[in-house]
Amino acid sequence: MDSMAPFSDPVLSQRSAEAVIQLAKQYIQLNGRKPVFMEVCGSHTMALAKTGVKTRLNEYVQLIAGPGCPVCVTDQRTIDSMISLSKERGSILCTFGDMMRVPGSKHSLLEAKTEGKDIRVVYSPLDSLRIAEKNPDKEIIFLGIGFETTIPLLAAAIKEAEQRGLTNFSIWMTTKLVEPVLRALLDAGEIQLDGFLLPGHVSVVLGKESYSFLTEEYKMPGVISGFEPVQLLSSIYKLLQLCLENTAEIINDYPYAVSSSGNAAAKSLMKKYLQPGDEDWRGIGTIPNSGLVLKEKYQNFDAKRKFKITIDSPRKTKCRCGEVIRGLTAPEECPLFSKACTPANPIGPCMVSAEGTCAAHYHYMKEE
Amino acid sequence: MLQRINLAHGEGGELTYRLIKDVFEKAFGHGEHTKHDSAIFQCKPETIALTTDSYVVKPIFFPGGNIGKLAVAGTVNDLAVSGAVPKFMTAGFIIEEGLPLKDLKEIVHSMADEAGKAGIRIIAGDTKVVEKGSADQLFINTSGIGTVESGHKLQPKHIQKGDSIILSGTIGDHGIAILSAREELGLLSDTVSDCASLNGLIQSLIHTIDGIRILKDPTRGGLATALVELCEDFHFNCEINEGSIPIRNDIHGACDILGYDPLYLANEGKMILLVDSKMEEQALQVLRSHPLGENAAVIGQVTGTTNSAGKLYLKTPLGTTRSLQRLAGLMLPRIC
Repeated sequence: MDSMAPFSDPVLSQRSAEAVIQLAKQYIQLNGRKPVFMEVCGSHTMALAKTGVKTRLNEYVQLIAGPGCPVCVTDQRTIDSMISLSKERGSILCTFGDMMRVPGSKHSLLEAKTEGKDIRVVYSPLDSLRIAEKNPDKEIIFLGIGFETTIPLLAAAIKEAEQRGLTNFSIWMTTKLVEPVLRALLDAGEIQLDGFLLPGHVSVVLGKESYSFLTEEYKMPGVISGFEPVQLLSSIYKLLQLCLENTAEIINDYPYAVSSSGNAAAKSLMKKYLQPGDEDWRGIGTIPNSGLVLKEKYQNFDAKRKFKITIDSPRKTKCRCGEVIRGLTAPEECPLFSKACTPANPIGPCMVSAEGTCAAHYHYMKEE
Repeated sequence: MLQRINLAHGEGGELTYRLIKDVFEKAFGHGEHTKHDSAIFQCKPETIALTTDSYVVKPIFFPGGNIGKLAVAGTVNDLAVSGAVPKFMTAGFIIEEGLPLKDLKEIVHSMADEAGKAGIRIIAGDTKVVEKGSADQLFINTSGIGTVESGHKLQPKHIQKGDSIILSGTIGDHGIAILSAREELGLLSDTVSDCASLNGLIQSLIHTIDGIRILKDPTRGGLATALVELCEDFHFNCEINEGSIPIRNDIHGACDILGYDPLYLANEGKMILLVDSKMEEQALQVLRSHPLGENAAVIGQVTGTTNSAGKLYLKTPLGTTRSLQRLAGLMLPRIC
């Protein structure tokens, strides 16, 4: 028996959708417009499109994709830096697969690999430690992207590298934190939001308590959700209830995975090896203390200190990923979408990533 | 004999002779027809099917098979889904210097085994050895010949609205097995490839069921890409139900973790069957009584024929419908 089966049960899904629509109709009658919710997490964006939840609710609830796809928010200069690093003699670059096809100013990492640069796809930063051990005469550089779901793994890799005494391993840190970017979005006030569908995976690490700033400082409700259709619909339903009651509260609707205080072991790993630092976000710019960087004590593992490279400013394209990430533009409104920019020939990262908004729309919501 | 293949094994001299004698002839035999520079054979009836394929799977050994078994089963399946009875095949080996001889022997033996089971004879071959780094361990190229019996031909021209789309079993097993065999995912070590020759199952279907329109094996690109190709080539629209597609829980879980869509994962022992809806139950019975078809299920219907390339649609459990495209870009390289 598949334990997840009830969450994608057709009858239950359809009834849940119907219940959400009834509640949304009440909201529309009261407010004269659709409720607007942002799903923060890229996996939610993909799941909402793939399961048909977004299409089913389209007339009644506006769901906007947020800045939660780690590939999409990675600044173009990071790709350019990595390509530049790959030209260093004796270097092996390791990266998550999604980053391979993201276009830099001139090339993607995949193109650099085709030209003979040693660039390898790994599924975990810990895999790159194995590569470092097998290649003691090479410098192994891991491209450390990701939100709080991935960051503990980076810290674990540093811990392992330290214990194994590896001197040929470093991480190019360009991690992102959820709270600072949500604050930046809300402070900018560019979009009107009624609530957040909060990320399931990130919340496993952070815990429900980490979102109290939303309710206390911004009076913004949020519901932590799972990824199957029934779970997504249940969370949207609860979000609608909060809006109708005018209550700013955080509800944990994914309690089998998410606790109040999060994963203590993961948090202490991050705390031991990393500290807050400014980060560049694609389409948003620099947000102070919006990422985690290596502490001074562990600078031997910091690729940004180990390798001094200079790169030009990134090439501009008509790609509107920046606006898509901020929830200002729907993929279909970008002139490149599905024409010049497709998953086979992506112009921007949102079309590449398995969590990208444009890829979600291209694969799962295209009319033809 | 040397423990590893070296360049001299490919030079055509004594070492090549020994390699052919000790490894290939031992496994594949050395009948009269193989003593010339070409294999000479008779092939009746006159309608024949011819296919060719290259195998570059990485790693060359994986749970449920190896590159040799895959090469034979893949060639057999390409013939069988065209409605042909597989008869003869060739095998060309491009070997990277340094390949352990015992690995080559094991691979060649599993080719002989699989060919024996499928009733196809390997009657011609070639061996080349390239320098270290010029190939990755072993590549195999095959050609296969099969015969098409009159009266048992497929009927793609009869595809019509209402025809049933049947899938012979679970999807994604091969793709995830290869991924886990690359030792990049410790958590998925139990997954076994579905690599198998389908000709026995297909022959029993063809001989007992009237109204089989078309068969296809959803290999690279997976179920979705294979169905898109059918819709485009044979001019029909169809809709499949997401909830009806058989998939193992562990494959489903792996796809969730890795962000893969199982509809696009490779299969090496599955087939898609388009059949007259009146014969749906009988076809399912035949499939399910065979070990390679025990999880067979009706996954959708033809919704209409068209004058040009048709479209594939997927109905989600929520009741919404979306169109499916062929696999875009790179998913998992060197899967077969």
